[in-house]
Amino acid sequence: MSPKEIVFISGKGGTGKTTITSSFVWWLHLKGEKFIIADADVDAADMHILMEPRPWKEEEFVGKSVAQINDELCTYCDICRGLCRFDAIYIDEDGTYRVNPFRCDGCTLCEIACPVQAIEMVPQVVGRWFLSRTPYGPMVHARLKPGAENSGNLVTMVKHQAHLLAEKEEIPYIVVDGPPGIGCPVTSAISGASFVAVVAEPSFSAIHDMERAVETAEHFGVPHGILINKAGINPENEEKIRDYARRRGIPFLGEVPFTRCVVDALVKREIAASSCEEVRGALEGAFGKILEVVNES
Amino acid sequence: MILSVASGKGGTGKTTFSVLLARAAAPALYIDADVEEPNGGIFLKPEIEREEDFTEPVPRIIPEKCTYCGECARACPYKALVIIPPPAKKDLFFPELCHSCGVCAYVCPEQGALIEVPRKKGVIRTGRSGQLDFMEGILNIGEPTAVPLIKALMKKARNYKGDVIVDAPPGTSCPVVEAVSEADFVLLVAEPTPFGLHDLSLVVEMVRELDKKFAIVINKAQEGNTLVEDYARRQGIPVLFKIPFSEEIARMYSKGELPFGEFEPQLKEVFARIREMVE
Repeated sequence: MSPKEIVFISGKGGTGKTTITSSFVWWLHLKGEKFIIADADVDAADMHILMEPRPWKEEEFVGKSVAQINDELCTYCDICRGLCRFDAIYIDEDGTYRVNPFRCDGCTLCEIACPVQAIEMVPQVVGRWFLSRTPYGPMVHARLKPGAENSGNLVTMVKHQAHLLAEKEEIPYIVVDGPPGIGCPVTSAISGASFVAVVAEPSFSAIHDMERAVETAEHFGVPHGILINKAGINPENEEKIRDYARRRGIPFLGEVPFTRCVVDALVKREIAASSCEEVRGALEGAFGKILEVVNES
Repeated sequence: MILSVASGKGGTGKTTFSVLLARAAAPALYIDADVEEPNGGIFLKPEIEREEDFTEPVPRIIPEKCTYCGECARACPYKALVIIPPPAKKDLFFPELCHSCGVCAYVCPEQGALIEVPRKKGVIRTGRSGQLDFMEGILNIGEPTAVPLIKALMKKARNYKGDVIVDAPPGTSCPVVEAVSEADFVLLVAEPTPFGLHDLSLVVEMVRELDKKFAIVINKAQEGNTLVEDYARRQGIPVLFKIPFSEEIARMYSKGELPFGEFEPQLKEVFARIREMVE
């Protein structure tokens, strides 16, 4: 049986994805469930701060290829620079043609078009991924080189490794801490998931972003539910979120109150559900609902 | 002067600080380059004067001219095209995979068999909010990459006569690089938590790699919490401004409001200091 994957996303950053995901991990562990933790926020991976993973396997991640111009062969014909749609080719002070690796998309057009075969595509190491042990179970995580591209592909790699390990060791769940936004990394994080929990905070901007995150989950046909974090800041907005869930027929998972304790726990690198009694009940209620939906599917 | 506001971690207050600073810097242009989740407009409440489609070229096969040789599909590095050879003679195009690079059109051996047509990937809206010019990009849902839309915004930033404040997306990958690419100065907004500090150190690595002048702004600053300041001192990075942790600001923020007047005099000074550092 393939493992069930539960992904936490939010649209907006900073709504408490990692706080909620780590609490879910703590709760599942307490229940004696077996699972794999996957940190899919490879741009700004934070789960390791709370999970304290000890890596036992570490590998480089080779992403896109980037064009490289051989100056000895280049005839300065300028064809490549004219064709490149990513403005990646430039002429430096001493007149040589160069490629800006941040801009190059690896499309190969310049390589194909170069009349003297002076351009070659060179694969780039864009990050590293790790298999680790944590007190809660195995964890797959990654680190993208700052400024690198392809975080979507690295996310896919993290999830793929989690699935391989889960199948090998017959582990029934994978818990994924997702990235912010709605672009490629998010798409990669939610594709194939059994359930996506959208963590919303009751601020005007977070609601706006939550709606876009929900639409993304709908767009890709992934079952999802909504959870309010930091409830109590704005009751009117909280009602808006509940109402939105009702109108769209999206399961409402519950609301976690805003308390100082959660901030303090974070500063001490502690898991919110473990340290703060005020939020434990609400979290347990939400987590119970998630497991129920996941196990029905 | 182009000034980009970035942060590794999401939700640290990039938009809060960007709009406060933009208001204090007015007349100027505020650009929301967080095109996956643009939020600046919520606080600036601009009057939108223009909305233009953001399009990029994508391939279209003209069946009468295509020989279904499959050159385009073999050359496509993103596997966005599938060509089924005769007798079936079919083509499949996956727009979400296409990067609009033009390789398919370039390699097509038949004149006019593969043409490029514009496809809408988002919109760019422009308007005004008081003394401030306003611009935002909104990426269509399901689009794989924000980079081309951000690039289009940055082109507009370059052509603007006056100061520009760019609200960048979170993270440290390509879209952020694009949003700071034209900047004369980068401000990194961080909150004093272990997550905030960790993500700040990643984005510091990124701006150093890009060889940008930069400084730190602390949001949700708390009495006695010197996590970010200690880091900044060790790294020799100036801390230009602190927004205090305040439930009042959090409440206002949740309603789409911010205390513009309160910080304006100080932020005018911050802006003047940045200009000195750039020059």
